[in-house]
Amino acid sequence: MKFLDNRLVKVGAEVQTAEEAIKEAGNLLLKEGVIEETYVDAMVNAFKENGPYFVLAPKIAIPHARPEDGVKEASVSIVQLKEPVKFGHKTNDPVQLVFGLGAASSDEHLTLLKKLTGLLNDTRNVEALINADSLEDVQTILEMER
Amino acid sequence: MMKVLTVCGLGQGTSLILKMNVEQVLGERSIQADVEHTDVSAASSMQADYIITSNELAESLGGHSAKVIIVNNYFDMDEINQAIDEHIAD
Repeated sequence: MKFLDNRLVKVGAEVQTAEEAIKEAGNLLLKEGVIEETYVDAMVNAFKENGPYFVLAPKIAIPHARPEDGVKEASVSIVQLKEPVKFGHKTNDPVQLVFGLGAASSDEHLTLLKKLTGLLNDTRNVEALINADSLEDVQTILEMER
Repeated sequence: MMKVLTVCGLGQGTSLILKMNVEQVLGERSIQADVEHTDVSAASSMQADYIITSNELAESLGGHSAKVIIVNNYFDMDEINQAIDEHIAD
């Protein structure tokens, strides 16, 4: 299980579109070896097919696909965008934090989602993550939550 | 027992997050309910009293016999509380 480990954090990513933002979040998981390349494609396809419903809260997107699309280990990455990007969501656009979710079928999946929900239920954490300037800033926010 | 479905596109991630927060709110109010998470296509053939989902997916569930409740911010416990106040708790 990998939850926002150092190599799964990217601060100040420069992207132009929602699709690029989803790929950034997916590629962090891919480079870490916790998903297969097919999963990144599936994340993008889920967006194309089902729309931006995974923009769960103002400024926050949690793109993901199904475990069978190529997840090796339950995992969550974060990409903080330098400039916010529109996903086409009626109330929660534009997005500035993209959490790539490697959805596994194990119990760890539930544990990860609990951790993520605990983090994001507090709007102070969300604001702090949006304003973070470095990996160290993000680490500090995550440590305070632990 | 009251049956509640939380629904997202794939039934894997976001509906589970919503389920956790809905269960917490219902628990705090001592409302007994069976909360299950699922994807939007499976939801259409499932029995339920209430469906809680995003605005984006609510349209495709319009024909369902359950009452559809929209939550825009899945991490805003106030909004979830209010939605449950308006539609479920009485």
